[in-house]
Amino acid sequence: MVVQSTAEAITYPAVGAELDIEGVSHAFDIDGATLPVLDNVNLSIAPGEFVALLGPSGCGKSTLLRLVAGLEKPRSGSLREDDVRINGPHPSRVVVFQDPTLFPWRSVWDNVALGLEAQGILKTQRHRVDAVIELVGLSAFRNAYPHQLSGGMAQRVALARALVNDPKILVLDEPLGKLDSLTRIAMQAELVALWQRKGFTTLLVTHDVEEALVLANRVIVLSDRPARIKADIAVQRPYPRHRGDPYLADLRKQILGLLGLEATW
Amino acid sequence: MSTYSVSDTTAAGSPRAAVTFSNLSGSYGVGLAASFVWLAFGLSCLYWPDVGDWSRTESLGIGAIVIAAFILFGTFSADYLGSAGQALRKRAPWLVAFGAFVTLWEVATAKFAWLPLPFFPPPQSILEVYTDDLPKLLDSVLASIRLQLGGYLIGATIGFITGVSIGWSQKIGYWVHPVLRFIGPLPATAWLPIAFFTFPSSWSASTFLIALATGFPVTVLTWSGVASVSSAYYDVARTLGAKPSFLVLKVAIPAALPHVFVGLFMGLGSSFAVLVVAEMIGVKAGLGWYLQWAQGWAAYANMYAALIVMSLLCSGAITLLFKTRDRLLVWQKGVVKW
Ligand SMILES: Nc1ncnc2c1ncn2[C@@H]1O[C@H](COP(=O)(O)OP(=O)(O)O)[C@@H](O)[C@H]1O
Ligand SMILES: [Mg+2]
Repeated sequence: MVVQSTAEAITYPAVGAELDIEGVSHAFDIDGATLPVLDNVNLSIAPGEFVALLGPSGCGKSTLLRLVAGLEKPRSGSLREDDVRINGPHPSRVVVFQDPTLFPWRSVWDNVALGLEAQGILKTQRHRVDAVIELVGLSAFRNAYPHQLSGGMAQRVALARALVNDPKILVLDEPLGKLDSLTRIAMQAELVALWQRKGFTTLLVTHDVEEALVLANRVIVLSDRPARIKADIAVQRPYPRHRGDPYLADLRKQILGLLGLEATW
Repeated sequence: MSTYSVSDTTAAGSPRAAVTFSNLSGSYGVGLAASFVWLAFGLSCLYWPDVGDWSRTESLGIGAIVIAAFILFGTFSADYLGSAGQALRKRAPWLVAFGAFVTLWEVATAKFAWLPLPFFPPPQSILEVYTDDLPKLLDSVLASIRLQLGGYLIGATIGFITGVSIGWSQKIGYWVHPVLRFIGPLPATAWLPIAFFTFPSSWSASTFLIALATGFPVTVLTWSGVASVSSAYYDVARTLGAKPSFLVLKVAIPAALPHVFVGLFMGLGSSFAVLVVAEMIGVKAGLGWYLQWAQGWAAYANMYAALIVMSLLCSGAITLLFKTRDRLLVWQKGVVKW
């Protein structure tokens, strides 16, 4: 099922990479039993697109992201970044997890510098760390330790730590899930601004339908475990989007229906 | 600090240095008491005759009176002495207690012999050891420090490397784990007889034993520290382009460091025990040997003197380790309450 609306065509900057997920199935072995988690997932994401994944809890969204990140290999099928097969993690595909997972023994600056340091290019690229900390508005906290930050600030540091690598694909696993609603709305706006400015391809997992609709060009609705693609919905609306937009409300109703929640909206 | 601010404000009307009544009962009271107690100690040394023959009674008495004078001076000029003045104020109650203790000790031994004499030497005889037997005592201190430091550093280094290796690599863990299980819980002193005839010198044997006593807790705690590092940290680092060496050096080890320090503390405690026993039995040097030697001559004052030095050294070592940890683990402040 594909919902198309004829809004203006969106052009993307050239930074993002294309992501192809072809016939990917995955399973886990738990106590000798096999738990199928992904069932023949096919998805092609254009460079610079912002795609949101929606699905019931435990259906396999995080697992799909781990495959995209290269942290695990699929049981079958293949994933390709710009037509190069994904065989392992690479800093061109960075993940921001639901927990900021900052390293508590490193200051904000050192946390953000992690990727450049790991790749051995920090010495010549220190200005990138400064710039990205500035970008997320945490210059005053560059020497603070993670335990001194609020939840929203910690998540911004995690975002900065990802962005400093200039990723071609930014993978976000419910990054705003634990924030209070005000911080969340503010950070959604920041995220869109960053994406528009940088042009990376974005793959966002969220459990918030409204968040998906405010942020993404495309919303993929997944089935219960094992996850299959249930619907691929284009959201062709210019940014910044308004939460009260009747077009979005319409899509929201539709998506909630797909998730088996038609009575609740 | 806050305890003194009350009397400071009551005295605010009068000049600061003036001794007002509230000052006497508040910030200056304890200092005055301390000074008085030390004066009493000094006078008790000088006033009554000794029941035995000790050469340092007079020096001790004069020394105590000098200390009393210093306390008095420090108490009234604490406000102008900066951190030293504050430190004196903070410790004044202890100065009172300690002064009372040595006075009682002096009176109960040297003056009226309420305690059986050769076994409970008076303070002046311990002072006598520190002045007259200083070269031998210093040699012993140096020998102990050298032996302890060498063994501890070797044990801690090997323990740390072993712990990281078995925490990181299952293959290494497969081989080392059973060995650790079998040998680790054995008290290091149990190796003493074997070590002393298999090693070329008693010094190397003792170093080995101290290293063993240190190495086991350091290994086990480093290992559990590395093994308990959340895999989320590794995932983050790997997606950012980290290679295995980075994962070990910049993720596993810093994350495990709080555990490592627990192991270092435990290792320090058990290695002290081994040090003293090894010195008593095999090595003909060090404070353990000094104790043994003093016992042989029934030189009880020397034993107490050595015991005091030993306890200062041990607590000094622990303090040093605490300071090192606090410096390395500043990031933990607020995460963990010590
Ligand atoms: N490493 C693993 N080992 C075993 N089972 C796992 C593992 N990771 C995830 N699972 C299981 O796979 C299913 C999907 O998990 P996940 O992808 O995290 O779901 P979600 O859509 O909520 O992100 C869950 O039932 C979970 O228990
Ligand atoms: Mg998840």
